[in-house]
Amino acid sequence: MTGAAETFDEMFDPAGEVRSGYADYCVWYDEQEVELLRRKHKEAEASFRRTGITFNVYGEHDAEERLIPFDMVPRIITAREWRRLTRGIEQRVSALNAFIHDLYHRQEITRSGRLPQRLLTGNEAWLANMVGFTPPGGVYTHIVGIDLVRTGPDDFFVLEDNARTPSGVSYMLENRETMMAMFPELFTRVPVATVSDYPRRLARSLAACAPKMTAGKPTIAVLTPGIYNSAYYEHAFLADQMGAELVEGCDLRVVNGRVAMRTTMGYEPIDVLYRRVDDEFLDPLTFNPDSVLGVPGIMDVYRSGGITIANAPGTGIADDKAIYSFMPEIVEFYTGEKPLLPNVETHRCADPESLKYVLDNLEELVVKEVHGSGGYGMLIGPTASKKEIRHFRHKLESKPENYIAQPTLALSTCPIFTNKGLSPRHLDLRPFVLVSPDNVEIVPGGLTRVALKKGSLVVNSSQGGGTKDTWVLKD
Amino acid sequence: MDRHMLGRTANGLFWMFRYLERVENTARLIDAAQRMALTRDIVSAAEEWRSVIETLGQRISYESKHGTYTGVQAWNFLLRDRDNPANLHALMRSVRTNARAVRTAISSELWTAINESWMEIDDALSRPIAQSNLGDVIKLIKRAGTLAHGAVANSMLRDAGFNFARAGTFVERADSTARVLDMKYYLLLPSVSYVGSSLDAGQWDQLLRSVSGDRAFRWLNAGKADARGIVEFLILDERFPRSLAYSYSLLRQNLTTLSRLHGTEGRASELIRDSATALADLTIDAVFDEGLHQFLTGFQRRNAEIGNAIAEDYRFLA
Repeated sequence: MTGAAETFDEMFDPAGEVRSGYADYCVWYDEQEVELLRRKHKEAEASFRRTGITFNVYGEHDAEERLIPFDMVPRIITAREWRRLTRGIEQRVSALNAFIHDLYHRQEITRSGRLPQRLLTGNEAWLANMVGFTPPGGVYTHIVGIDLVRTGPDDFFVLEDNARTPSGVSYMLENRETMMAMFPELFTRVPVATVSDYPRRLARSLAACAPKMTAGKPTIAVLTPGIYNSAYYEHAFLADQMGAELVEGCDLRVVNGRVAMRTTMGYEPIDVLYRRVDDEFLDPLTFNPDSVLGVPGIMDVYRSGGITIANAPGTGIADDKAIYSFMPEIVEFYTGEKPLLPNVETHRCADPESLKYVLDNLEELVVKEVHGSGGYGMLIGPTASKKEIRHFRHKLESKPENYIAQPTLALSTCPIFTNKGLSPRHLDLRPFVLVSPDNVEIVPGGLTRVALKKGSLVVNSSQGGGTKDTWVLKD
Repeated sequence: MDRHMLGRTANGLFWMFRYLERVENTARLIDAAQRMALTRDIVSAAEEWRSVIETLGQRISYESKHGTYTGVQAWNFLLRDRDNPANLHALMRSVRTNARAVRTAISSELWTAINESWMEIDDALSRPIAQSNLGDVIKLIKRAGTLAHGAVANSMLRDAGFNFARAGTFVERADSTARVLDMKYYLLLPSVSYVGSSLDAGQWDQLLRSVSGDRAFRWLNAGKADARGIVEFLILDERFPRSLAYSYSLLRQNLTTLSRLHGTEGRASELIRDSATALADLTIDAVFDEGLHQFLTGFQRRNAEIGNAIAEDYRFLA
């Protein structure tokens, strides 16, 4: 039933019957006192506050730390659904790595005419410094987040690839901890696959990508822009959970051809740097000269094989939404297989015919900037005002190549807990993928983002979205 | 041991605990002054508040704002006034900010203790503090220290980080006890009180309360109090956890451990060895012969030097 006009609900079928994946959960739910659930809901928020699981809001100074609202009704994925998804994700991520490697080497894909050269030339995310260089182990995207949306029982689509620096994995882990603390009995009744070994797997995967010159156990460090960064909590959390160092640019410098951190004993070399700092701030000698977040000279060390940078500089090109629109071709080009996970239908406004279609149907479409992220700079036709639409029409006409457009999808819903009981809200799913030289692995779970406002399709935490614990059922 | 912590992290731990100690000590001083002021006339009460603010080094910023010394002005200034750069709310925020920056080097018990205390203190200090709820606020603040130190004792790995944290605590504590004693040094001048007669009972009680030493002192001295006894207690008694001798005995242990963990001895170790040894050999007569004020000033100067040497030895800053 592809393209069903009706919204697909994850928990209930159209007849109002509970779907199989939610059966055990719903039996439990019906046994609960609503009053008790209300109390637990409040407790959950207090517990996030106490633990300090917060994100900082850009541009605000005083009350700078906010909570991402947590909904305590889990989003459940059956073992069968998960097997299908993982196959599709593995295929896509393998293709992404091969694609990025190709972009910085022979560029077979543009030579063959499958991808227009213009998408690379002049693209800010494409880094000339990476040309001809292969990162240790040939891995570009060590950690990937694939944003999926669902519109029907078997209809999952990739909405976005996050190959640059996907965030949110700490919420996957903390949401589970919170659920287990609040409702331990649920986990004895429902067979939920564990996600808690993600940090261990991440550490192992990063270690497997260490440069050849590494002597003994690789030293791993997480590079954060600092405590005022919006995702600082996650940086500290991951470093802590991996037993890695949490470093800032001011801790690092190039010493004897290695990137080294200033310890109480002197400078000690780092083998793998999991950086949560954007490319342009990574090396003031190579990129933005004003950056104090990076390490002067790190790119030279990198190119001479002295350090692994995860994700590799220049991978951000894969997050470009114009490139995204070519992902079906990209997957087929590098894997020789048809994509298992389809893209959302995407109109490239650079193409005059598509532009005309988009302009004629603005009220029905979602328009996105090709370089945008986080739900900023987009137009959601059906909910936009006349003025916003007029505004976007101008933008499209003056710089069409800056935009793509997609149909407004009927994103699936799952109930959230409200004061009036369960009520459906739209959501998406971001599974996290780890890539090492000979392995692609996906932790059974992910980040489920949910729009808290009724009818809203925007799930981004920066715009009032919340999160849910994501359960993958064991067989 | 082949893994060393970041210099920045060591710095963060050291200062997190210095600030925490300063938070507690500020609360103790306010508590003691408030008690004292209750039993005095307005003029002497104002003098008490003036000396507390002087002790905390904030006389100039206070006087540029207020013309008079009253309790309610003084404690609000010390607890929450943004014109006071060292207001307790800002100090506690620094504790928490440092804790957040060194999150990977502290246990989650310690982090949670600090974060919860910050949330409570932040809330309590969001409004002006009236006399009627000052007591509750002080209790809340003191509990923050107790909780944090309890979490350290119970859950923190005894590695370099622990020793940097403790070093911060004892450098700050030694400084604070010396300041508090210096606040009343004139009452303890040999000419007035060496014979132990004319010391105002309220004054020495406040002094002891300012370092939470009143009970311990009474227990040890069976209620007898003279200047000599109090000074000896606060400087030389190794059994009292806020005395200079105790602080330095523990600081010496921490710095010795750090030297061992790093396989090299720095300037800070040398300095503390000399100072701790000198303190152990010191007699109370020698203190009074030198002059209490001179002794305390010299002590504070050397103490600051030890703090700087720790920062240098362990590469706190780039």
